[in-house]
Amino acid sequence: MLTRLLRTHLRPYRAQVLLLSVLLIAQTVGNLYLPNLNADIINGGVVTGNLHYIIRTGAWMILLTLAIGLFAVIAVYWASRVSMATGADLRHAVFTRVQSFSARDVNHFGTASLITRNTNDIQQIQIFLQMALTMMVIAPIMSVGGIVMAIHEGAKLSLLLLVSIPVMTTFIGVVMVRVIPLFRSMQAKIDRINQVLREQITGVRVIRAFVRNEAEADRFERANADLTDTALRVNRIFALTMPIMMMILNLSSVAVLWFGGRFVSEGSMPIGNLTAFLTYILQILTSVMMAVMVTILVPRAAASAERIAEVLDTVPSISDPAAPLTPTPTGSVRLSGVSFAYPGSERPVLDEVTVDFEPGVTSAIIGGTGSGKTTLVALIPRLFDVTAGAVEVHGVDVREQSQESLWSSIGLVPQTAYLFSGTIASNLRFARPDATDAELWRALEVAQARDFVATMPGGLDAPIDQGGTNVSGGQRQRLAIARALVKRPRIYLFDDCFSALDAATDSRLREALREQTADATVIIVAQRVSTIMHADRVVVLDDGRVVGVGTHDELVESCESYREIVTSQLGEGALK
Amino acid sequence: MTMGPMRAMHGAAAPPRTSKDVRSTLRRLLRRLRPERWRLLGALVLGVTSVAFMVSGPQILGNATNVLFDGIIAKRLPAGYTMAQTLHYLRSHGHAQTAAMIAGLHLTPGAGVNITRMGVILGVAALVYLGGAGFSYLQGFTMAGVTQRTMSGLRREVEAKMSRLPLRYFDSHPHGDVLSRVTNDIDNLTTTIQQGLSQLLTSFLTIIGVLSMMLWISPLLAVVAIVTIPLAFVITFVIARRSQVQFAAQWRQTGTLNGLVEETHSGHELVQVFGRREATIDEFNDQNHRLYRSSFRAQFLSGIVQPSVQFISNVNYVVIAVVGGYRVATGLLSLGAVTAFIQYSRQFTMPIMQIAGQMNLLQSGLASAERVFEFLDADEESPEVLTSNVAPPHERGGRVTLEHVSFRYEPEHPLIDDFSLDVAPGETVALVGPTGAGKTTVVNLLVRFYEIDGGRILLNGVDYRDLRRDEVRRAFGMVLQDTWVFAGTIRDNIAYGRPEASDDEVIEAARAAHVDNFVRTLPDGYDTLLDDEASNLSSGQKQLLTIARAFLADQSVLILDEATSNVDTRTEVLIQEAMARLREGRTSFVIAHRLSTIRHANVILVMDHGRIVEQGGHDELMANQGLYYTLYNSQFAGATT
Repeated sequence: MLTRLLRTHLRPYRAQVLLLSVLLIAQTVGNLYLPNLNADIINGGVVTGNLHYIIRTGAWMILLTLAIGLFAVIAVYWASRVSMATGADLRHAVFTRVQSFSARDVNHFGTASLITRNTNDIQQIQIFLQMALTMMVIAPIMSVGGIVMAIHEGAKLSLLLLVSIPVMTTFIGVVMVRVIPLFRSMQAKIDRINQVLREQITGVRVIRAFVRNEAEADRFERANADLTDTALRVNRIFALTMPIMMMILNLSSVAVLWFGGRFVSEGSMPIGNLTAFLTYILQILTSVMMAVMVTILVPRAAASAERIAEVLDTVPSISDPAAPLTPTPTGSVRLSGVSFAYPGSERPVLDEVTVDFEPGVTSAIIGGTGSGKTTLVALIPRLFDVTAGAVEVHGVDVREQSQESLWSSIGLVPQTAYLFSGTIASNLRFARPDATDAELWRALEVAQARDFVATMPGGLDAPIDQGGTNVSGGQRQRLAIARALVKRPRIYLFDDCFSALDAATDSRLREALREQTADATVIIVAQRVSTIMHADRVVVLDDGRVVGVGTHDELVESCESYREIVTSQLGEGALK
Repeated sequence: MTMGPMRAMHGAAAPPRTSKDVRSTLRRLLRRLRPERWRLLGALVLGVTSVAFMVSGPQILGNATNVLFDGIIAKRLPAGYTMAQTLHYLRSHGHAQTAAMIAGLHLTPGAGVNITRMGVILGVAALVYLGGAGFSYLQGFTMAGVTQRTMSGLRREVEAKMSRLPLRYFDSHPHGDVLSRVTNDIDNLTTTIQQGLSQLLTSFLTIIGVLSMMLWISPLLAVVAIVTIPLAFVITFVIARRSQVQFAAQWRQTGTLNGLVEETHSGHELVQVFGRREATIDEFNDQNHRLYRSSFRAQFLSGIVQPSVQFISNVNYVVIAVVGGYRVATGLLSLGAVTAFIQYSRQFTMPIMQIAGQMNLLQSGLASAERVFEFLDADEESPEVLTSNVAPPHERGGRVTLEHVSFRYEPEHPLIDDFSLDVAPGETVALVGPTGAGKTTVVNLLVRFYEIDGGRILLNGVDYRDLRRDEVRRAFGMVLQDTWVFAGTIRDNIAYGRPEASDDEVIEAARAAHVDNFVRTLPDGYDTLLDDEASNLSSGQKQLLTIARAFLADQSVLILDEATSNVDTRTEVLIQEAMARLREGRTSFVIAHRLSTIRHANVILVMDHGRIVEQGGHDELMANQGLYYTLYNSQFAGATT
């Protein structure tokens, strides 16, 4: 998965990757050749006392060093560019793909998961790529080249590598195998501590009301001791790593001198080669170290790559028809024999629902949780496709219209009021960037939001945090309603969006709304009877079926489910 | 409030800004290490010893090279002559330079390499390296203990601080910010101290050790190195500073972009239905490109540190080889000294790059430390000074009396002024008013989450100020709309107020609150584990759970919030019944949403804009035709006709 993803997304940068590989190889070869020159200085210059030779070779070394530095800088330049550009490309690809997803596709992944895939996972790939484009090229060449050069300098002495390399690799492997599970468990314990602290912050009132401070402190102390214990173990193992790796390196040097010294004294190896050999063994072992470290990144990057590819491979479950129809926006909505089941679920959420919504009529939908109200509303803008039956908007099946044109005539106020970071004005102008300030104020007035917006510092330009967390739940709902009003659509969908309003505001808002939306088709989903009591028409849903349609008074007479709801909320007296 | 955990998580993931007052933060951080000062000293001694061992290694290996070199040279000389004869012979035959070179060597012409001597030297070298590794491990081991204990202590202190902070603090600071201080910042600080302290110490010691060895071997060559080392330092730090600016920009951009992604995905259907797809993608591309630019610059700049230092190190190497070679050739220096010197010069690059890296880490760590210290410095709840020692009034059916109470959140906005109310045991007080009218203010004062500014509140005739806060709170049971469930079993959650309760008592409370029924349908019953978001319970079930909690705790005064949201009608009925049963025989303050509760309340407090605007019984208030009258008509008119 990782290779496939990289192959596809590195293709535009083939030339750069090639160039950078060549540069890295040149750089590595240069680095490998350097000790050889140094050996020459000792063998041909120092031992024989040839000063001229020393200076000439020295100059040559400086030149080589300069070239190596230059190559390295250019290589780093391209490695950074390519890896960061690939990251940006991937982000773009994932983001645009998600933009074309239907609500069903989004639900399939979950919003939180899509966010992580678009941010953290891509970052992982980016980091991996940056490392891979440098170290992963260098390390193998360096190891192999180093071994070749070492053999060249002293074939017999190279047998030492047969001991050093396996010892080094095994040691790092063992440490990793031991440390990685411990590391995971440490992360879990950090999460646990954070959970306890988060609970203490969110539950501060309950904790104090029940006078449980000491018990909480105990709970924390246990988690803290647990974490400290594991962290101590992890870090003590880590404390062992560096010293042992250095020891392996250093003892290898000692061994080189001991065996090499014998060869030198026997005359089978010049003394200068010995110093070169020392450098090579150092280079080989460091690159082995590097290679092992980078390999550790692979599983993590591979997991991320898989998660990214999953998104990119998902074909949006809803797309525009080949030849979309563009009906005159009359505002009529008709559901005929509509059934809907979420994928993988046996029980349908909606079961053969047939119902009409006409322009100029305010219809309300009521029913218990899980009765299918929200699903019904989501089918109208085609956020989901029906399992059976058909949804017609403006007299044409929604599947035969282009999504953009369908959406342009619908004003949606979802259950959880969500605002975007920016200002009040930028949120209200979400659908119509050209709306005037007067229009915004008018919408705010209808939504009963004029007063609080007017008192906010900056008024329309008052800042809004992401999600709208800096205004209260009720204010958020009213702003979301105003946002839909500014759009001036033919069809309004209010999905249980009055729940955080107190009864007085709720009733004033409905009053104002009635005037504003006189010609439009209005569909209100609600839990509270008082919210919908005055609607022109009430549709009662129970368990995915329409069990009653009529006015409040008619339904109180005829519909058992409706009566049950009314009694539970308003008491027996309300039925008389 | 939906202070989304998502937001807390992502918002806090960005690294902290740089610290404002580095010096005092650093000093304060060091002061925290005081209890560990002897161990730190031990670690320092171990560090010095280990560096001394490691640093002397190349010098010893150099001696081995010398023995080897001597042997080779000696082998070329004719055997059976003394050194003096050999030198004389060389000089007289025009080999003056060679003579000069070998003059300083202790040679036995024709003898060859002294293997025994080499063996001894290399044995010593092996021991020195082993010792160095051993001491280095001991140092790391000690430092791990020092940091983990220190950080564990800091975490404990932060937790203890939380319980001493007034409610005002939590109400006026975003939860996400508090959370990130006590979690992310502490984690960040731990990493800094764990990695930074040890490495900075070793790096500095290594530089000092290596420098002194160089000076000892050859002052002339050391001068060469001393010129290049500061150069490497300067280059590293100049680049590091520049790349840090870019890294900061990269983090900022990442934060912005992640925010955009987060909010676009969260508001996915809105973006679609409101026709904002194109505009959003444009904005994303713009931000994405900015992120690309800054991250590319950051990576590139930090990437050239290594090649630059490498270059300087290589130049250094060549110069040493050339100058050293010349000195060996002229007999002023041994070959072993030169090879040792070369090894030393190579050991410089690592610590320099490490110090540069640690400096970055240290800065972000200090910024985190500052945020943690800020939290630790926040004003605490006023200490409890009890004038008299009154026994806590705990009998059932508590009487609550408010006499001329006044209170304000901000000095310039008086909210409650000269408010008096006497609630007899078993009576019900209904709090009504529009959203945001300040009903929770009354709750805050009753359970003493906030202290009143004037007048007094009495519990069963005892002034709050003569009681400890905990004693006041023990008398109150609370069921709030914002249900709080913690990670643990259902049993633990119900028994929260009385952990010592028996299983039977827990089940009894569960029955009374209609919890028992649904708990029995769960596979693990009362042992079912809830996560901290309690995603395995519906919001109605959570509410019932908190009612069961109040049943079991069995306190004499109740505070109830009747508001329910996202609850289906059947559960709503259950909640209603359970609350009514809970109120029986207890004094209750109810944030009322139901007609039945309000009509049967002994006193109704009508609140608006944070103040109590009306007070009295239902009939009385209706007759007044004030705010209550309006509210009542708009909300319940349909129900009474």
